[in-house]
Amino acid sequence: MNIRGRVWRFGNDVSTDVIAPGKYLRLSAAEIAGHVMEGIDPNFAKQVRPGDIILAGRNFGCGSSRENAPDALRLAGISVVVAESFGRIFFRNCINLGLPALDCKCVDEIAEGNLIEIDLEEGRLTDLTGNQQFSFQPLPSHLIQMLEAGGLVPFLEQRIAAEEAVSNDTTESEQAVA
Amino acid sequence: MSQTLSYKILARAAGKPKVVPGEIIWAKVGLAMMTDSSGPRRIQANHLRLKERIWDRDKVVVISDHFVPSHNEGEALIQRITRQWVEKHGIQKYHYGEGICHIIPVERGYVQPGTVMIGADSHTPTAGAVGSYATGVGSTEILGVIVTGEIWLKVPRTMQVWWGGRLGDGVMAKDMMLRLIGQIGDDGATGMAIEYAGPGVMGLSLDERLVLSNMTTETGAEAGLIEPDELIMEHMRGLGQTDFDPLYADPDATYDTNLRFDAAELEPLVACPPNPSNVFTARELALDKIKLDQAYIGACTGAKYTDLAAAAEVVKGKQVAPGLRFLVAPASRRAFMRAMADGTINTLVEAGATILPTGCGACAGLGNGILASGERAISSTNRNYPGRMGARESEVYLASPRTVAASALAGYIVDPRGR
Ligand code: SF4
Repeated sequence: MNIRGRVWRFGNDVSTDVIAPGKYLRLSAAEIAGHVMEGIDPNFAKQVRPGDIILAGRNFGCGSSRENAPDALRLAGISVVVAESFGRIFFRNCINLGLPALDCKCVDEIAEGNLIEIDLEEGRLTDLTGNQQFSFQPLPSHLIQMLEAGGLVPFLEQRIAAEEAVSNDTTESEQAVA
Repeated sequence: MSQTLSYKILARAAGKPKVVPGEIIWAKVGLAMMTDSSGPRRIQANHLRLKERIWDRDKVVVISDHFVPSHNEGEALIQRITRQWVEKHGIQKYHYGEGICHIIPVERGYVQPGTVMIGADSHTPTAGAVGSYATGVGSTEILGVIVTGEIWLKVPRTMQVWWGGRLGDGVMAKDMMLRLIGQIGDDGATGMAIEYAGPGVMGLSLDERLVLSNMTTETGAEAGLIEPDELIMEHMRGLGQTDFDPLYADPDATYDTNLRFDAAELEPLVACPPNPSNVFTARELALDKIKLDQAYIGACTGAKYTDLAAAAEVVKGKQVAPGLRFLVAPASRRAFMRAMADGTINTLVEAGATILPTGCGACAGLGNGILASGERAISSTNRNYPGRMGARESEVYLASPRTVAASALAGYIVDPRGR
């Protein structure tokens, strides 16, 4: 799974309160996405484009475990979040909601707006503008499949559908033999 | 390659010879737990999308403990949804009002040493006291476990917390955890699993060990484990559980962080508002005569049998301070029955205690014993964030059952050793 996009840079300890401010939590997910990151950069939601990438420092997504935070980033068009480290629940929520998240310490070396490309399987992050490369621990194939499916529930849904298709096939072929 | 206990368990669950921190594994789960709050009512809709599959109904525990007994229509409906779900799916390990979700799996031997347990509640690490790797997730993820029996986990770094010596009179496991959290701070062990060791830990009863693993959550850690010794084996045998394979850390295992403490030097501690790391000695707080409206013995942390017995020993033959509410909510029916059988409950009631239903209750700001604005409580529970036990402007001080009981008698926070 390769992802290419423009970089937005953030510092350490960006909390879920900043990503999806509490005062918007009663709104729909798409509406929250219209205010995403407002707590730190009021222009972000207006200027973010589909496919953009977040690069951040330590403990990105710390604080409350609200699923609205990764959801808002995904709906705003963010294609992947790269951080030096993540809040525990935030990281899990990202993957389970279908938003790639990966640990890579590179925020200090890549300039805002640079074009980067990420190869999730190979664990390679290439700064195309700055002409440099970083590596990270690649995500296992199961998790990449889950991301491609759009998160945990759709992933399992597909898996169950596939299993049922196979068992229907076998029943049919058994019947054919009989 | 020497491995810590956490890594041994995770490696086996993932079917690998070893694991390394940061690695993402697929782990086979030994037990999945959810509550009336996090369970059926939240997973129902997505469970239908997943054809209502259940990987192994014997390995799913559902516990109604947050809203028991229900005290409004909404809570009653939650209980109905929960009951209907477990009946429909033939879940035998369903307990209503029989104990708190982190106590039952240990008390009944559902969770086995050497296995991975996943629970839809933040204090799931509690079960680590029997040598399991137990960790908490949200409702979407528990559904994934219930359907597949597997979960992806990022292998944490590990911290060893080693306690030398033995606790002195009037000092409890709760004080050990307040000491640790006071030092490393709230979330000071994020991204780690804690392994508790040393004579100060292994000398504790199972009830007391559960306090260490339980309050691991307040350090931000993924899990809190204690190696299963003969005490744990005997506990499991007593429940007819022999078919499991415990694991132990390699003797030369190394940890990312090592902390050492001396139990003999520890004194009773209290976490003041607004968080569990704001820790002072009970001795110094006693000087401030911090007046109390309520003293609460409850929760998965502080209302097991030994907690009830410790509180009873302190209040025996005495009366709680006039105007103070002394509330006791036993953590499980078995603990309650044992405390009735040996007179512990009598002693508490004679001293002025009101006995509340077994369940989460006021620990989660639910049920009976909620605090009014401006009120102050001392509590044997595990969290004291603003509004945790009621009004946002109420205050909760966290302490051991002994300190809670002694403070109930005095009407203000005191050192249970009378200093
Ligand atoms: S007793 Fe309190 S801490 Fe324990 S499970 Fe219930 S609400 Fe959570």
